[in-house]
Amino acid sequence: MITGEDVDHISWLASIRVAENEKDEFVDQFNTVLDYFHQLDELDTEDVEPTYRVVELVNVFREDEAKESLPQEESLRNAPKRENGYFKSPRIV
Amino acid sequence: MLRELKEEIASGSAEEVISALLERVKRSKLNAYNALAEESALARARKFDGSPWAGRMAGIPIAIKDSISTRGIETTCSSRILQGYIPPYDAHVIERLKAEGAIIIGKTNMDEFCMGTSTETSCFGPTRNPWDTERVPGGSSGGSAAAVAAGEASCALGSDTGGSIRCPASFCGIVGMKPTYGLVSRYGLISYANSLEQIGPLASTVEDAALVLEVIAGHDPRDSTSAKTEGGYLDGLEDGVRGMVCGVPKEYFGEGVDDSVERSVWDAISVLEDLGASWREVSLPHTKYALAAYYIIAMSEASSNLARFDGLRYGLRVGTDKDWHTTFSEIRAAGFGPEVKRRILLGTYALSAGYYGRYYLKALKVRTLIKEDFQRAFQDVDVLVTPTMPFPAFRIGERIQDLLSLYMADVFTVPINLAGVPAISLPCGFAGGLPVGLQIVGDHFAEKTVFRASRAYEDATPHHAARPQEVI
Repeated sequence: MITGEDVDHISWLASIRVAENEKDEFVDQFNTVLDYFHQLDELDTEDVEPTYRVVELVNVFREDEAKESLPQEESLRNAPKRENGYFKSPRIV
Repeated sequence: MLRELKEEIASGSAEEVISALLERVKRSKLNAYNALAEESALARARKFDGSPWAGRMAGIPIAIKDSISTRGIETTCSSRILQGYIPPYDAHVIERLKAEGAIIIGKTNMDEFCMGTSTETSCFGPTRNPWDTERVPGGSSGGSAAAVAAGEASCALGSDTGGSIRCPASFCGIVGMKPTYGLVSRYGLISYANSLEQIGPLASTVEDAALVLEVIAGHDPRDSTSAKTEGGYLDGLEDGVRGMVCGVPKEYFGEGVDDSVERSVWDAISVLEDLGASWREVSLPHTKYALAAYYIIAMSEASSNLARFDGLRYGLRVGTDKDWHTTFSEIRAAGFGPEVKRRILLGTYALSAGYYGRYYLKALKVRTLIKEDFQRAFQDVDVLVTPTMPFPAFRIGERIQDLLSLYMADVFTVPINLAGVPAISLPCGFAGGLPVGLQIVGDHFAEKTVFRASRAYEDATPHHAARPQEVI
């Protein structure tokens, strides 16, 4: 069972603030969905390999050649806040 | 249809065709488009009329789902968090379309970040089904499907993570194709669940879908999962189904499937039989576990893929800056809608310490069992024939409040993405005035077989020609 405290913890991990008045609904919905997920427990998968992807992949190497990149002005064009040619982030420390 | 349109444009005027299309969109009440690229489309059309270029899609207008990056055209994924974002580059599929002469006319509405089955989770409000405007067009590529069905686009691109091309194609009565995983480059597709999703065409006919796929498929070194394939999807399209063996999976019929849908699909199987194919019952025994496995994997991948949206380099920035974690948490709370939050939060939980084995790893193992179901079936049959959706389009608001009932709608489409095989939805009749979709599934990279069976069925039936009345 997921509790309100679990939702607080997940919300912190996911960096999405969950308001107090949203919490009860999330708790109910998450328990309903997780309950549904638990039907997988019926299956014995002890000796089954996981499938991460459905295509066969091999490492692809290429020469490390310099190519033209996105100009600084264009890279910054969508940024809501910028300063002196940089993205402006909130305080980190 | 695209072949005729191409001739019409070459002998007439691209500008006239595209102006008429844009006018039609502007007077429509369907809400199929998030943005129209009116200026650039008309400018390109005039240029084409002045000195026409060659190309498989020379002069042909196309609508693009808003999950695909288009240089210079706002791309939002129908989310507040991306409103105003103008990509500085084109997705691989857009480069391919432009190289073959197509003209982008606009971006279509969708469920926010492709998370939905009804196009109701869009921050721009739902798209309406052109056959009944009180009903959903399906999702998540609902705008693309409604636009094609209503004559507001001659063809469109969508993306399909768990049915997002085939579901709206089914609900709107058109053709929609999800290719084999790896056939079409995902470079420039805004990621939701990267191990499941593919870009594909929505069109009026099988031939049109094959043409668009021919243009957008092909190897791209910028997508590490991109396959090297030969193409040629239009070759042998009319070779028919004589001798073809169709598998009918018993788990795709019965409880939960509307009688009218079952009847239409069985009628379709009879048509294929009359055309010289045979059918036999097959079993995909792990079908009932596909939904749970799909949602665990999709939510887990989403929680990682959507971590990039923080309002720093692009998108929504709200509130005054505090410490970085609080600031980003507030931006993400304001920018994502409820369904996107649910999926990110549940995916975060499924991947978190102590639960990884129980949910994510378990789901990946079940994915193996589902993939093996398909491998076993394709040893005996050439294609699988099923309903695309268990029922026709439902009413707006009918399922959105009941999460599980909405998720259940994807029961026949998600196993295909888990296995990575190709599948098409094409019109196979009507139930209470609403279109019903037939799903034809092929083995990995057997797109040509899927198209050939679909074309034979389409040639023998009138359903694809039915079009809704204009909604204004």
